[in-house]
Amino acid sequence: MRQFTYLTPKTLDEAISLHVAHGESARYVAGGTDVLVKIKEGKFAPDYLISLKHIIGQDRPFLNQETGELYIGAFCTHGSIEQSPLVQHHYPIIHDAVKNIGSVQIRNVATIGGNLVNAVPSADGAIPLIVLDSKANIYGTKGQRSVDLQRFFLGPGQCDLEAGEILTEIVIPPPLPRTGSAYIKHGRREAMELPMLGVGVLLCLEEDMTTCAKARICLGVAAPTPFRALAAEKYLKGKTVDENNLTEAGRLAGQESKVRDSIRGVAWYRREMVGVLVKRMGLKALERAKERHK
Amino acid sequence: MAHEISFIFNGNAMKMNIEDHWTLLHLIREELGYTGTKEGCGSGECGACTVIVDDKAVNSCLYLAAEIDGKQLTTIEGLAAADGTLHPIQKSFVEKGGIQCGFCSPGMILSAKALLDKTPNASEIDIKEAIAGNLCRCTGYVQIIDSIKAVSGYGEDEPHVVAFKTDEGERGE
Ligand SMILES: Cc1cc2nc3c(=O)[nH]c(=O)nc-3n(C[C@H](O)[C@H](O)[C@H](O)COP(=O)(O)OP(=O)(O)OC[C@H]3O[C@@H](n4cnc5c(N)ncnc54)[C@H](O)[C@@H]3O)c2cc1C
Ligand code: FES
Ligand code: FES
Repeated sequence: MRQFTYLTPKTLDEAISLHVAHGESARYVAGGTDVLVKIKEGKFAPDYLISLKHIIGQDRPFLNQETGELYIGAFCTHGSIEQSPLVQHHYPIIHDAVKNIGSVQIRNVATIGGNLVNAVPSADGAIPLIVLDSKANIYGTKGQRSVDLQRFFLGPGQCDLEAGEILTEIVIPPPLPRTGSAYIKHGRREAMELPMLGVGVLLCLEEDMTTCAKARICLGVAAPTPFRALAAEKYLKGKTVDENNLTEAGRLAGQESKVRDSIRGVAWYRREMVGVLVKRMGLKALERAKERHK
Repeated sequence: MAHEISFIFNGNAMKMNIEDHWTLLHLIREELGYTGTKEGCGSGECGACTVIVDDKAVNSCLYLAAEIDGKQLTTIEGLAAADGTLHPIQKSFVEKGGIQCGFCSPGMILSAKALLDKTPNASEIDIKEAIAGNLCRCTGYVQIIDSIKAVSGYGEDEPHVVAFKTDEGERGE
């Protein structure tokens, strides 16, 4: 592999000053499952790799007791998120996604922050977090800022980070009552494949447990960035959550999506599958909402 | 840049000088000379390079050698006893035909070990998930799954889980 110097700062400030000092010749690395592949392929040629893994904190999901928000540190591995009882219990949609990323070996090192910063249209980690209305906390030379995760993605491979800025954590609002959500990664085989399509649905119900109070539908690989199916969400609001209405929501989502032909699948098939999977995830979300409400 | 790291290699404390850009795979094969760990793809896809770092299976081709400072590293050479007696998982692979050409075997066995150390009575689903990142071009996986099942406390009599059909009886015997 190409030679570089590996730096292991212990604090965010130290990491940022190293980045400032080395400028364009430096790159952050967390799990390295993307960076090291790209260095081997010659797509990245850094002289300095600044590791974020040795920064204390930010490597475990934790609950903010005061606000009820769940914090997922950007340096959490997919494996540690998958095994977190907090996530399994309160946000199963996140578990749906992380448990199917790569392999055990990949999940043991790859981080959620790396997944989001990569900003590839197929990033599995992003969709559930957008469905949950999460925010991204970012830290840089100008201090801390926070953006809606949905607005973090600017284009394929492009996210809202300035040079040297670090994504520090994802903040997820407390679970809403009478709410369920679910994610599915759709591909040709179950393991070790990037999704051909990713579909996440959240449904929040009125007290009657059948009327939709709020819907979130987000699609991966259906546009250059994670795509909110707003027309479908609007359609569901105020309607009874049943197979018919979910079928129509799925059709609308397929229609408004910007799916295209690619090596992993053709557009017409993706559009059809958006319909099928929005309905399926809607039904699963409904089931989970009812389970939680019992 | 070179710097010194210390780690435990198959039970032995080691101190050595490494280069920052070395992968763990390079360290193991080229510097330490232990060639049981294989390189297939070099990019995280095949699992041939799987080793165990502090109880976790990782792809050594995508892991920097610098990162094992202070950690425990287990490679396939660390499994058999000093007198050559095979580890139960190794023995089972030999007995059940889990090995053909053998290229995938070190990685498969270490993925299985990481699983069984944590979940001694792993089910077939657990086993399939644990080796999803290990490719085998020879066996067709059934013998590998059988080899691991035979040493899992869950028991090898558990019928095969066939995702797309339900006639489990025949294959479960
Ligand atoms: C075999 C294999 C299978 C895979 N399967 C999947 C899959 O199924 N689904 C999927 O979505 N992805 C998959 N990936 C892609 C990748 O592993 C994941 O996106 C992973 O989460 C990246 O995380 P990392 O910590 O390894 O990132 P790194 O490689 O460390 O970093 C990725 C990028 O983000 C930057 N970066 C990392 N963390 C931060 C931070 N906190 N702040 C600012 N910048 C940062 C780095 O500079 C780099 O540009 C796979 C990769 C491999 C090799
Ligand atoms: S060589 Fe490391 S996964 Fe293939
Ligand atoms: S035995 Fe040949 S690759 Fe698995």
